Amino acid sequence: MPVQDVVPELILLGGGVGVLLFALFAPRRVQPAAAGLSLLVLAAVAMVSIPMLGEQQTLTFFETFAIDDTALWGKLMVLSVTALIVLLCVDWFRTDARHGESYTLFLFSGLGAILLAGAADLMELVLAALLASAPGYALAAYHRQSRQASEAGIKYYLLGGLANGGMLYGAMLLFGLSGGTTFSQLAQQLPEADAFPAAAGFGLVVVGLAFKLGAVPAHAWMPDVADGSPAPAAAFLTIAPKIGAFIALSRLVAVMPEELVAWRPLLAILAATTMTIGNLSCLWQDDIRRLLGWSAVSQTGYGLMAITALGRSHLALPALLFFLAAYSLANIAAFGVVISLRGLRTRADFAGLSRTRPALSLALVIAFLSFVGIPPLAGFTAKLALFTATMEAGYTWLAALAVANTVASLFYYARFLGPAYFEPPDGDRDVFGWRPLLVVAVCTVGLIALGLGAEIAIDAFGRAALLPGSTP
Amino acid sequence: MLTASIFIPLGGAGLLWLRRDMEPRLARLIALGVSMVPLILMAAAWIRFQPGPGLHFQLIESVPWIPTLGVSYRVGVDGLSLPLAALTALLFTVSIAYPVDLKGRAAEYFGFFLFLEFASLGVFLALDLFLFYVFWDLTLVGMYFLIGVWGHGEEARRAALKFFLYTLAGSLVMLLAILGLYLATEPRTFDMAEIIRQRPLAGGGLRASLVFLGLAIGFGIKTPLVPVHTWLPPAHVDAPAPASAILAGVLLKMGTYGFVRISLSMMPETFRRYALPLAIFAVVSIVYGALVALAQPNLKRRIAYTSVNHMGYTILGIAAAGAVVLGSETARALAMTGAIVEMVAHGVITGALFLISGSIWQRAKTYEIDELGGLAGRAPWLTAAASVAAFASLGLPGLAGFVAEFQIFVGTFAVYPVLAGIALLGIIITAALFLLMLQRLFLGDLPERWADWPRLERSERWGLAVLILFIILIGVVPAPLLAVIQPTADALIELLGTP
Repeated sequence: MPVQDVVPELILLGGGVGVLLFALFAPRRVQPAAAGLSLLVLAAVAMVSIPMLGEQQTLTFFETFAIDDTALWGKLMVLSVTALIVLLCVDWFRTDARHGESYTLFLFSGLGAILLAGAADLMELVLAALLASAPGYALAAYHRQSRQASEAGIKYYLLGGLANGGMLYGAMLLFGLSGGTTFSQLAQQLPEADAFPAAAGFGLVVVGLAFKLGAVPAHAWMPDVADGSPAPAAAFLTIAPKIGAFIALSRLVAVMPEELVAWRPLLAILAATTMTIGNLSCLWQDDIRRLLGWSAVSQTGYGLMAITALGRSHLALPALLFFLAAYSLANIAAFGVVISLRGLRTRADFAGLSRTRPALSLALVIAFLSFVGIPPLAGFTAKLALFTATMEAGYTWLAALAVANTVASLFYYARFLGPAYFEPPDGDRDVFGWRPLLVVAVCTVGLIALGLGAEIAIDAFGRAALLPGSTP
Repeated sequence: MLTASIFIPLGGAGLLWLRRDMEPRLARLIALGVSMVPLILMAAAWIRFQPGPGLHFQLIESVPWIPTLGVSYRVGVDGLSLPLAALTALLFTVSIAYPVDLKGRAAEYFGFFLFLEFASLGVFLALDLFLFYVFWDLTLVGMYFLIGVWGHGEEARRAALKFFLYTLAGSLVMLLAILGLYLATEPRTFDMAEIIRQRPLAGGGLRASLVFLGLAIGFGIKTPLVPVHTWLPPAHVDAPAPASAILAGVLLKMGTYGFVRISLSMMPETFRRYALPLAIFAVVSIVYGALVALAQPNLKRRIAYTSVNHMGYTILGIAAAGAVVLGSETARALAMTGAIVEMVAHGVITGALFLISGSIWQRAKTYEIDELGGLAGRAPWLTAAASVAAFASLGLPGLAGFVAEFQIFVGTFAVYPVLAGIALLGIIITAALFLLMLQRLFLGDLPERWADWPRLERSERWGLAVLILFIILIGVVPAPLLAVIQPTADALIELLGTP
């Protein structure tokens, strides 16, 4: 067995267990050290993973797991996201004396997302989705005393249970049709299969992944988790599983024969409804965390455009990866601002923020304008690539709809930026530790650098394969 | 050199934003000094620029940016962009010097102004569609904050948002059209000169029409053409006067610039087909803008609507230039030259008019024409400047507006005689509305409350004097300006081909 191919995953698994053991036995005052330990684990995994980039892109473990550049980029993104979230946690959980074990949950959920990104097998896909979800339920409800957190946790759990159950059933159908569970077998056997059960199986798997993505029809948990869960957990759950699920979905559709299942129009409709519902729900939102939850839904809609174009435009996969990087940075930056200014929630709270906290205010502007897609921020290049790929694939109407949604999105983001810049402040604003500020700074600088230095990223993403369906 | 003129204002903006507690006087001085740099560089570019036949860009500076997508950082000038970039530099320097209610946030205000100058110069100097779009969107951000923070009261925030939403919608539709154009190039590139050479979508068809329509919507909103002009009046009325001057003088020109640089140059075949509808929209804007302006009791709103009218002349000239009719080359070249001159002339004239309205606001805190009157005795300088600007705007020979409008009308009469005839109505109405405005503002009895009307400050006198000087210079000796514009206009006509 080629164990060396999964060394990063093994380190992450062992590291997660190590952090848990540490948190169990460490006294309360050294609990924050669990964060440092987690960062070390993440750094070690990244160190082992980076040399694998640009090496032979192949399937491993009896073709169940892909170690192509797409999976590796997804892995590196999940690792970076997890590291930034861990930094956000330390100050947030300061009052929780036994918060060390929360880091284990982040590491395990991150591992699930990483396995999702590499999944080239239906069984592995289901397992990875479950692994990404289960710690997520606990994270969503981590503030045990809070009713909102419990509500968010329950909602996330029920919807997740349903979606994952459906996904298992769908995987079973596809297995029955093709006689195998690996994607390579699907690619070979499915063209001869019956259309109806194939479509049903595919549809159920897509719904399961839609839950992780926060896409219609399994999107309803996102605003509640963003609103009720601990803010760092909310940031994590709206980003990391999404990265894994986007790549998993791309990998799956790349082997689905279009003649059998018309997945392209299906995903186009999914993209259209997701971005529109997310946006419409944002419009009159007065609570910034619910706003971020719904905007995460609408952003998923934009990302799905890339999958619609997969196979028809060479830019589709680079656009998706670039979009994921830009989205992650902007979302962490926005949540970082919320965490730094703990307690700020409604629009009125943001009045005069540009006077009291100019740097954080500017960071919020950059994060939001990147969501909108104002150049030269990374979000703009992402949208440009997404639009180009979508139009090249013949889905100009979808790009036009995305444009309409983008204009609408400016409205609700500006509803928060307006008070921050146009209204006088009412008293000083305290910030909440230096670590969230550091994270916000890293993300905003990242958004600008990724926008200006897009060439490096797009070029690198352009060389990524998506096995077994497509090679660069 | 061009790169420096774009990025030095950005550096200045960064400096001012970092030192937000700076003395207002010092902030103004720094901003003024920084804004002088592009002005001097533009003068130098003007001297180094060699007008010649054919459509070719000069003073090009270029570095690859995202080669995978065919994007590069590329700036340069030709006879179309050089006058507009020079106008931009001039208007910014004057507007920055002009006094305004800073609301205790001086350094931020001047920072945003320099940021806007950076983006505006970038739009005119960019020779890459991607870069062009980047700067285009940044102008929206800068103007949004200028109107929202330093505008007049609660209304300003709504006007700022309306401006941002409306023009972002336009720019995103334009982005889709640009991508449509980009996807038709082979090899894929955003390089303007290369796209002009390749002429993608020359075969026509639905796709070409859609791309043209997208561009027309994007540029039409910015210009603005009736019926997509509704963002303009509130934005103008509620913006601080120097920002209004920039909005009318510089930002509106981006729409007409886009029509010439992108719609006409990159898709000449399609432009020829749609020249007539465009001309009709232009005439509607001319007449409608003039009529609505006539009915406005609010000084600034009145000037704002005359912008709709004047930008209509520009579009009419461009459309006439694009209407390929047998034996009309000379007339169409004249119309094109006139349209480009009109962009510059309108920039200087309307810039001056909005600054004058700002001076009135600083003293009276009102824009209602009926509340003012008889100011000629108290404010001779203001009266003189307003008279020259108003007469120039209504097209009095010897002033800048005449040179432009004369050429546009002569050119258009050869191609669309009926439309030109209707458009002449606009000139008559404009004359009436400006004369009425001058009469009510400056003649008659001075109301009691304005008995101690303060005189113009030195910065106001200098700013207006410079603009008035240019209005007269372009009117009396247009030759240096025409020498730069004409070869490019001829080249554009050549690009459109023969019937």
